[in-house]
Amino acid sequence: MIEFSKYNGEEYIIDIENATVRFNMATESVDNIKEYFVKLVKRQLMFKEFFAIKDFSLKIKPGEAWGFVGTNGAGKSTLLKLISGILEPYKGKVVVNGTIAPLIELGAGFDMDLTARENIYLNGILLGHSKKFMSEHFDEIVEFAELWDFLDVPIKNYSSGMQARIAFAIATMVKPDILIVDEVLAVGDYKFQAKCQERMKAMLAEGTTLLLVSHNLDDIKRMCDHACWIDKGNIVMSGLVEEVCNNYMPELGENNE
Amino acid sequence: MVGIIKEIYNYRDLIKELISKNLKLKYRRSVLGYLWSLLNPLGIMLVMVIVFSNIFRFDIEYYPVYLIIGQTMFNYMSVATSHSMYSVIENGPLIKKIFVPKYIFTFSKVTSDLVDYLLSMSAIVLVMIITKVPFSWNLLWVPIVSLELYIFCIGLGLLLAQASVFFRDIQYIYSVIITAWTYLTPIFYPDKILPEWLHFWVVRFNPMFMYIKSMRQCVIEQTHPDFKLMLVGLLFDILAIGIGGLLFKKNQSKFILYI
Repeated sequence: MIEFSKYNGEEYIIDIENATVRFNMATESVDNIKEYFVKLVKRQLMFKEFFAIKDFSLKIKPGEAWGFVGTNGAGKSTLLKLISGILEPYKGKVVVNGTIAPLIELGAGFDMDLTARENIYLNGILLGHSKKFMSEHFDEIVEFAELWDFLDVPIKNYSSGMQARIAFAIATMVKPDILIVDEVLAVGDYKFQAKCQERMKAMLAEGTTLLLVSHNLDDIKRMCDHACWIDKGNIVMSGLVEEVCNNYMPELGENNE
Repeated sequence: MVGIIKEIYNYRDLIKELISKNLKLKYRRSVLGYLWSLLNPLGIMLVMVIVFSNIFRFDIEYYPVYLIIGQTMFNYMSVATSHSMYSVIENGPLIKKIFVPKYIFTFSKVTSDLVDYLLSMSAIVLVMIITKVPFSWNLLWVPIVSLELYIFCIGLGLLLAQASVFFRDIQYIYSVIITAWTYLTPIFYPDKILPEWLHFWVVRFNPMFMYIKSMRQCVIEQTHPDFKLMLVGLLFDILAIGIGGLLFKKNQSKFILYI
């Protein structure tokens, strides 16, 4: 079960209770009728389940900045998708009390055939802004993304770094209650990363809750006050950022050897 | 139901943006642009009028208008539902990244094709003027009949959109169904020529027959549409929206796993 509401002074802005996300690996690979019947006849439509998130509980207070660490496939993105309402929990409960600006993976919801200008409008409206509001803030977004010259080029011709710039600029144009940044900034150049971190810091100062996924522990330490280490869909450790990172670091070393 | 209408209202900016996106992508790089929506039905009607006034001869009053009405309405249904079949899959990249009620995509597809339908309406008016079909107050029924067709398309569109997420090859089956449906709908022939057993089924269970016949009654026969016909059309609306809507609602949380 997942519940969204406006923020009204609740103690926790995000409250995840025993959430489980289940994928069925046997049937989800079948996407046409022919294959369905072939597998049905061969009796291969068994249930082969996989838990991307298992019995996961986490409470986040407004204004906190959480960093999520863990190896690829640990369940970090699944968790953030769960919080954004893109995935529904199979079991358990997720309560989110506030507006969310999700930046999950690359592209952040762009239509590749549309131009950057059209995508800025579409994406802003998807985030719940009105068209009028987007017209008013259009220049501001372009200014931040530094992409004045290419506005009328289809976005498929953009590099991933340029796409990330636009996505970040749109998502952070207005202060959301919760900002989710999932590795999108990794593709930006150093200067732009610094600029984004500065903006995230400013938003944190104004009370935004930040959820950040990064493989760069320095970034996590710089931006976040809390951290959560996830492995195989479960919390290994969560708490203050220094503590979690110091415990996670040796683990990284072991895996590299 | 009231909740959904309110939600559609709340998402009106998004729907407008999606519709203009669909139209832009459709007509971008085409010289005549929107004019195609007018020229296309006119051209097809012209070909069919020539074919059917020379090869098969049907004794139908105002045959060009008879034909273009059937042609336009059926074409809208077939295009809008085929488009909505891809509406969820196509917007996969958006659905994977931001939470949005997913029926919005199907809804805006059927609605953006409605723009084409309305443009084709002006082609019908043109043919009416040329063939001297009198204009009457009964033309006020046209929007109501069109609304019935539109709602039917949304229902069927929702049904197809959710099914195609799980079974991509449904498009091949659907194109066969559409072909059969074309011939089972009196578009270019009068329903009287159908053999009796087939006639029985077509006039009772083919929703397109209801909508096209109602439209012809108010345009060509200048009467109000047969209310029984309109009522059956409405029943098909409720059926389509009911089944399509329920299945869509039931399955939409699983979409993300398949796109």
